[in-house]
Amino acid sequence: MKQNYIITIFSENHIGLLSRITIVFTRRKINIDSLTVSESAIPGIFKFTIVINETKDRVEKVVGQLEKIVDVIKAFYNTEDEMIHQEIALYKVSTELLYESDKIEKIVRNSGARILEITREYIVIEKTGHKDETQQLFEELAPFGVMQFIRSGRIAITRSIIEKLSEFLKVRDSLLEQVD
Amino acid sequence: MATKRVSGSEAVILSLLEEGVDTIWGYPGGAIMPIYDALYDYDQQVTHILTRHEQGAIHAAEGYARVTGKAGVCFATSGPGATNLITGLADAQIDSIPLVCITGQVASPLLGTDAFQESDVVGITMPVTKWNFQVTQAEEIPEAIAKAFHIATTGRPGPVLLDIAKDAQFAQFDFEYKKCTKIRSYLPEYPVDPFAVKDAAELIDAAKKPLLLFGHGVILGGAEAELKEFIEKTGIPAAWTLLGLSALPSDHPLNVGMLGMHGNYGPNIKTNEADLIIAVGMRFDDRVTGKVSAYAPNAKIIHLEIDPAEINKIIKADVAVLGNAKKSLRLLIDNVKPNKHEAWLNEFRECDKIEHEKVIDKDLYPTKPGLTMGEVVRIASEKTNGDAILVTDVGQQQMIASRYFKFKQSRSNVTSGGLGTMGYSLPAAMGAKIGRPDRTVFAMAGDGGFQMTIQELGTISQYGIDLKIIVLNNNFLGMVRQWQQLFFEKRYSFTELKNPDFVGIAKAYGLEAAKVTSRDQLADAIQKMLDHKGPYLLEVVVEKEDNVFPMVPAGASVSDILLEP
Repeated sequence: MKQNYIITIFSENHIGLLSRITIVFTRRKINIDSLTVSESAIPGIFKFTIVINETKDRVEKVVGQLEKIVDVIKAFYNTEDEMIHQEIALYKVSTELLYESDKIEKIVRNSGARILEITREYIVIEKTGHKDETQQLFEELAPFGVMQFIRSGRIAITRSIIEKLSEFLKVRDSLLEQVD
Repeated sequence: MATKRVSGSEAVILSLLEEGVDTIWGYPGGAIMPIYDALYDYDQQVTHILTRHEQGAIHAAEGYARVTGKAGVCFATSGPGATNLITGLADAQIDSIPLVCITGQVASPLLGTDAFQESDVVGITMPVTKWNFQVTQAEEIPEAIAKAFHIATTGRPGPVLLDIAKDAQFAQFDFEYKKCTKIRSYLPEYPVDPFAVKDAAELIDAAKKPLLLFGHGVILGGAEAELKEFIEKTGIPAAWTLLGLSALPSDHPLNVGMLGMHGNYGPNIKTNEADLIIAVGMRFDDRVTGKVSAYAPNAKIIHLEIDPAEINKIIKADVAVLGNAKKSLRLLIDNVKPNKHEAWLNEFRECDKIEHEKVIDKDLYPTKPGLTMGEVVRIASEKTNGDAILVTDVGQQQMIASRYFKFKQSRSNVTSGGLGTMGYSLPAAMGAKIGRPDRTVFAMAGDGGFQMTIQELGTISQYGIDLKIIVLNNNFLGMVRQWQQLFFEKRYSFTELKNPDFVGIAKAYGLEAAKVTSRDQLADAIQKMLDHKGPYLLEVVVEKEDNVFPMVPAGASVSDILLEP
């Protein structure tokens, strides 16, 4: 059965690695629903968060292939409910609307969003949450006219107390010592 | 180590020498000219062989790597030079062949400008290399080459490619070389888990009908002696994949033959009767398993494998032993009880009898007038006492030769297994001969594959590479024709070839050559070829519409193997 999986990849920060990673998905005709990349808590190690909709079997095999990439340190996969995850969305609506009625203000207040910037022409609203939450706000604002909308890729964090990678790196160091 | 001020180009050559490289295959061109200029001063330390096409260079490097166990090295220029390497890279990637390929690239300020002979080589080769890297500064060269050799030759080997911009080839810097032994993000192999070995040993000791399957991993891991010791201690019959061929002597009593589509009858049938499969350094390729859902239904599976991504990829392992085959087998030998499986082994011998009657005898000792590929292979094998290196192409002759050629030593069979690259044999055989000048090397090809890289006759002639080339000519793309006959109602769509005079072509290149059309000339012709000092081409005209049997039809289970149409 297909479901959403979050694949987390820890890697060196080398040119071309993103391409090598996406090739693993492309070759199997798997679409990437979301992708974010940034430096992890460990300096010099980068973290990719990739969301795909696939079967467990296929995800396991993809992760196996990702770990074969020389510059990849470790890849993990989790179901959505195994991780705490967020996306951020920005909405631009006309400032005039805000003056005309209090509806926009109520929507913003009820959704836990916040206003980032107000100009004479527009206001920018920011909302973090799951995709369905940012989507819901979009739909609530849509009737009033959303001038621009953007949503980020997903970031996710495990429910375990420490970063899995730090445990992994300790084991890896000892393995590298053992192999001649 | 003292540093020396050199150009990037000279650093390339010095780095290769530091890695013990003695042979480079290549083809010069604009963007790699500085490296070729540096090479000019080192012709006493390293041999460069100029092929007639970059594909020839990379297949030769593969052949060299296969017989020596060292990384094969090749040079090509930017653009078309580099793109001509792609087939060889894909071949080496799927067959786990260690290669270090160096391509010239346009000067770094021109990158991305569609400069003359610029192509995105790092981008293009990414899916077909274990690792690749673009060098834009001379200072990066020693470290990149050290990493390249470490990655290519350790763990599950594979091809790597370095793309070196022309300005980096010219720039001067202080050269210092340090070998690479460790990369944080790369674990070549796992240490063998003794608990997994214990679990495996328990299954092995309890099995009544165990069958061992060995592949390329045994050869790559140098585990031939351990394989032999393991099967002799446990009495377990052993069957081989196409790339495992020659890891165990052909005449070993426990060697029960080839697996898969055109493999032997016994190992295919018995796979589905076995209660235990011990897979060593093999990856359950679809040509070996046939229909996966019907594969080895009664067997537990033990998988000894260096690459974690291969575990459970096709066939789920009950016990997986990660690590180098040599180390895994060594531990396993120490943990299993001595055993014999005479009755089980006899079942394989019975199958062998049936296969001899129905297929083998007719192939090897035909009575019909037309020559068979099988008898050519048999005579070539007999006349060299199993001591020769056999390099085959792809198709019918590859299957026939793999089935019937006899081997005494490992690293003696060179063929394109995973990719099935037609045109492989002639250039790969050049590499095999340069790698092992002490051995007789056969290059065997069909009339189709031979013409895909026929231009390498020029290389063979120029360097006097002493190959014994056998072209098995049936005027057809034989394997495709066989499938058309069996599965496409004999609709021979574009498989018949009008061939040139192969002997005339060989002679025009300055090679000795002869043509055989009848059985009474065959043995003498092969003897004459072997007695000749230097390269020799023998064209053998074989039966036009012979088929390779047994055969597991595509999509069928291995136990549905056919002995005849």
